[in-house]
Amino acid sequence: MTTHTLSVLVENKPGVLAHVAGLFSRRAFNITSLSVGPTSDERVSRMTIVVDGETTPVDQVHKQLEKLVRVLKVVELQEDEAVERELALVKVTVRPEMRADLLDVATAFRATVVDLGRETIVLEAVCAPGRLDSLLAQLERHGTCELVRTGLIAIGRGSGTITDENQALAACA
Amino acid sequence: MTGAQALVRSLECQGVDVVFGLPGGAILPAYDPLRSSSLRHVLVRHEQGAGHAAEGYAWATGRTGVCMATSGPGATNLVTALADAYMDSVPIVAITGQVPTAMIGTDAFQESDITGITSPVTKHNELVTDAERIPAAIAEAFHIASTGRPGPVLVDLPKDILQAKTSWSWPPALDLPGYRVPGPADPERIAAAARLLHRARKPVLYVGGGVVKSDSHEALRELAELAQAPVTTTLMARGAFPDTHPLALGMPGMHGTYAAVTALQECDLIFALGARFDDRVTGKLAAFAPKAKVVHADIDPAEIGKNRAPDVAIVGNLRAVLPELVVAMRALVNGAGPARTADWLATTTAWKRSYPLRYAQASDGPLKPQHVVERLSALTGGDAIVVAGVGQHQMHASQHYTFTKPRSWINSGGAGTMGFAVPAAMGAQIGRPGELVVAIDGDGCFQMTAQELATCSIEGLPIKVLIFNNGFLGMVRQWQELFYEERYSEVHLGTSIPDYVKLAEAYGCAGLRCEQPDDVDAVLEKALSTTDVPTVVDFRTHDAEGVFPMVPAGHSNDDIVLGPEFTAAEQRAASRKEVITS
Repeated sequence: MTTHTLSVLVENKPGVLAHVAGLFSRRAFNITSLSVGPTSDERVSRMTIVVDGETTPVDQVHKQLEKLVRVLKVVELQEDEAVERELALVKVTVRPEMRADLLDVATAFRATVVDLGRETIVLEAVCAPGRLDSLLAQLERHGTCELVRTGLIAIGRGSGTITDENQALAACA
Repeated sequence: MTGAQALVRSLECQGVDVVFGLPGGAILPAYDPLRSSSLRHVLVRHEQGAGHAAEGYAWATGRTGVCMATSGPGATNLVTALADAYMDSVPIVAITGQVPTAMIGTDAFQESDITGITSPVTKHNELVTDAERIPAAIAEAFHIASTGRPGPVLVDLPKDILQAKTSWSWPPALDLPGYRVPGPADPERIAAAARLLHRARKPVLYVGGGVVKSDSHEALRELAELAQAPVTTTLMARGAFPDTHPLALGMPGMHGTYAAVTALQECDLIFALGARFDDRVTGKLAAFAPKAKVVHADIDPAEIGKNRAPDVAIVGNLRAVLPELVVAMRALVNGAGPARTADWLATTTAWKRSYPLRYAQASDGPLKPQHVVERLSALTGGDAIVVAGVGQHQMHASQHYTFTKPRSWINSGGAGTMGFAVPAAMGAQIGRPGELVVAIDGDGCFQMTAQELATCSIEGLPIKVLIFNNGFLGMVRQWQELFYEERYSEVHLGTSIPDYVKLAEAYGCAGLRCEQPDDVDAVLEKALSTTDVPTVVDFRTHDAEGVFPMVPAGHSNDDIVLGPEFTAAEQRAASRKEVITS
């Protein structure tokens, strides 16, 4: 699957998420993941949207998002020019004799134990997207019983920032 | 000052002269200061009528139309009109009442999430939660509705916000950091587009509604004449280029003229101006204009490449872009010589002559709808504002009326909203009070919004409504005839119920009936000369009449069907794109 990662700065106002979600629904765009959070400017939120490029015209997504009045800026992050991460919390059922094996896997993926029960362990993993899938495949052998993922977040590499050359944000600030 | 007073004052300061609306519980506070306002409020009989009237006003005048309704069902009754305005890029502002802020989310009486409901069918909307924001919210709504690609904007006002005490200042600062209107077009793209046009041997100007909305019809005419390029005007653009001009091909698309459809198929350059390559124009997209390069100029960057990838894209307002193209084209013509399209024009002109719009009107009937349109066109000299609903009557009106001026044609294009005509005609008549406004409507459409005849009568609006009464949902009937082997299902309405003459009279209108071709002129003259009350004419038209030419849905435009008035030999020649010499 070819995915495209869009970083979207939006005004932090009521209804903005509904406008964005409504656009995806109305135009039959397929979202692989969506994550939203605040930025250093309290008037601005940042969304990271991963779009399935095979079923969805990414250029249209970009342009239609830019038409939304509350959207300030849309930037497509290229995979080799961006750091992409996803956080997952995974609850794994594990027999005592398998615990060491599981912890080895966790160490290999730099996942940490955040809860330790009699029969389950909760791991926290922060990975690049492909790597997280590998970890989950490994854990599957032990019997994953619950999984929660944040969706991808991403930031451009190097000294440039998303707010560079952005008159809209300058006006907002 | 209260929020409601701030609302009314904001509308006044915005230059609004008329509001179409209907009050109710949540919007009640706004109706009190309205009494002492300079605003004219037109009390409609159904909120959908208010929405379409605002659209008709906007189509006819170019100014932003305004409608107002209460919360819940009042607001949801506006939704069809908002969706219609969104599809056809019509600038309207809708003001809705909302339940008090403390009750939002509690399923209160007449509560509906109207911003949620209308999000996909508005350019923007806002639930105002602070009375201090009302002037800015109204000013922003008008700014967004009327600039860039126009469209509908909804402002939702909870009752407590309308009742709250607030301060007043005007003009408010607009807080729209994410709203962008395209600036000047790239001069290199203008030059490149002009070069392609000058070099083309078989160009077609594919003109859409953007030319009308940007009032750039004069520059269009200059460009067409400099380029010696034939011009096709879409359903949204009828009147943008005079049908009487030798370069005019008429309407393209599913029910377009043979010359327009085939010229687009065979051209070497499509020069698209404010058009969006809609499926009703392109037919099967993959087979559309296979030999053509494409120049696409539009104010909305998202339209560029949405359906057809252009060779040269110009993003900008045609009000500026078209004159720039004229300058560039003139320089090329003066420098490198005139356009070399004579052979192409000979071909397109021969297509027009060989395969015109054709129908047969026997002198003893049955009465053909095309005949009524042509007589209306002749008797008004193209000087009427013609408004249509959706269906066969709309296509016959668009095909057979000779449009010579922009903003003389108003209809529901993209959304295809039955019931559009009567309320839109009402809005157009208010926007252009001295002018002749004629709604051409089907009997199916008419019955959806006929209640606004009461509004027209009471407001003294002498619109003419010509009902093409064939007793059927005619376009659906035509599709069942052609594509469902004449298995007619739920399309028969009957011609006599209601009695349209009595209905007209009950609404305070003049009611006329016409059944024979010979009577058409006299009845039309009587209708056109009635200026004290609205007039409704019940034209009993032929129920089996279809709309032709026709490109069946999903087919290539090469598969255009001329219809029953052409012989098999003529159809074969047309399919081979030959001309008929006789």
